[in-house]
Amino acid sequence: MKPWLRAVVFITALIPFLVLFIQAIGDRLGPDPGEVIMHVTGEWAIRLLVLTLLASPVKAWFGWSGLLLLRRMLGLYTFFYGCIHLLTFAHFYTGWEAVAVISELVERPYIAVGFAAWLAMLPLAITSTKAMQRRLKRRWLVLHRLVYGTAALACLHLLWQARSDIGDALIYSVVLGSLLLWRVHRARKRAVVSC
Amino acid sequence: MSAGLIVPPIPSSEITPESIYLKRRQFLSAAAVWPLAAAGVSAAATETGGKLLQYQHAQVGDGGFHTAESKTPLEDVSAYCNFYEFGTDKTDPTKHSYNMTTDPWSLTVKGEVGKPGKLHLEDILQGFQLEERIYRLRCVEAWSMVVPWVGFSLAELLKRFEPTSDARYVAFETLYRPKEMRGTRSYTSTIDWPYREGLRLDEAMHPLSLMAVGLYGKTLPNQNGAPIRLVVPWKYGFKSIKSIVGIRLTRSQPKTSWQGLAPHEYGFYANVNPEVDHPRWSQKSERRLPSGFFDPNRIPTQKFNGYSAQVAQLYQGMDLSKLY
Repeated sequence: MKPWLRAVVFITALIPFLVLFIQAIGDRLGPDPGEVIMHVTGEWAIRLLVLTLLASPVKAWFGWSGLLLLRRMLGLYTFFYGCIHLLTFAHFYTGWEAVAVISELVERPYIAVGFAAWLAMLPLAITSTKAMQRRLKRRWLVLHRLVYGTAALACLHLLWQARSDIGDALIYSVVLGSLLLWRVHRARKRAVVSC
Repeated sequence: MSAGLIVPPIPSSEITPESIYLKRRQFLSAAAVWPLAAAGVSAAATETGGKLLQYQHAQVGDGGFHTAESKTPLEDVSAYCNFYEFGTDKTDPTKHSYNMTTDPWSLTVKGEVGKPGKLHLEDILQGFQLEERIYRLRCVEAWSMVVPWVGFSLAELLKRFEPTSDARYVAFETLYRPKEMRGTRSYTSTIDWPYREGLRLDEAMHPLSLMAVGLYGKTLPNQNGAPIRLVVPWKYGFKSIKSIVGIRLTRSQPKTSWQGLAPHEYGFYANVNPEVDHPRWSQKSERRLPSGFFDPNRIPTQKFNGYSAQVAQLYQGMDLSKLY
């Protein structure tokens, strides 16, 4: 991977955040900034998750390993946007009141599911370093299959929060669902080969 | 057009600075979602409504017609809307409602009435004494605004059609014109158009129930429900049905759109009530718009949206946790 390409991807993935941040501090996000930030960060988290999960199939289909080399960065960006999404919820929707946060998580399953999707990413972010990868060896690979859980929970979260028009939620779910199915298919093929 | 509607002598585009705000906001919201495309986005908004109306000011006093709280600016009221006929994003109605035809317009009143009939836009604007009322508007999504509406009591309209003694409910219907309403053409929408709402007759006859034709002294922008909409300030916003073409008085409780879609989430009454939780949003507090980044402006929600003194007696003896 050329360093400049890595830098371009790094900056590109940061742009949605920078734009939001500049607009937010300049009070230019409209009358309900919380809603805009929530929406935009949630959508970018899911887009980046799609890119992260595309790395392997792109290698398999086209033989291009560029995305694989960028996968750690894309995964961490998914987590980054997920974190802001969660912080936005705490700031705008609960006012940082612990009781409010807990009651929202308990009473509103679509929020609990979203939180679980974030929680599943937490150990992946912590163990994303090369040192951790070496230390955990084979277990690292097993642990990082948790990202499939994040993908499934994120789809559920997305479909559940839609009130009447499930268009966008459906598109992302179909895309992520196909990426998961591709992996099931690959695992089966491998099992057959090894027999 | 009519005595109630005065066309300003110079083009409204020259005298209404809010159109500039409107476009600016659109541009920015587009930029937020597609930062890379922002440079190429052009604002397609065409301003609608905004014709000056003649009206009186509502009585200040115990009637609830006039709150002294600070008003939500027009550029916010007209840029942040739920009008799913045009899409489910808050900015969709502003972007996509400009080609909804609101003139000519007719509103049919039928059902349990002595004199069923039709009102045309001219009858509506000419035939009623308009007044400005400043109401709180509380959305079920836990945000709220303070809006200066211009309109007349729904009771006045209904009385003209002489409800019979059998009339117990009032059903309302929004315009359904797929050609002009892109949200209704969505294959993935689960709403059974047209949008429907309803009130009990005594709720409809309550003096606070308003038929609004304008806001901030001018005719309604399309995205706010032009040319005529309902405003029931003690109920969640989705009860305040927009762009009404049909009113029917009925003997039995009419089916409403949201009830049909998710009956466990949306009841027929939908009175603002912090004690009754909604499966999606806590109703204990609300973000009063404009909300800010550093100060989200969260305030506690009041029962009946602060209109208890005026409307609580309508619900005496009812278990509001069951009849939500």
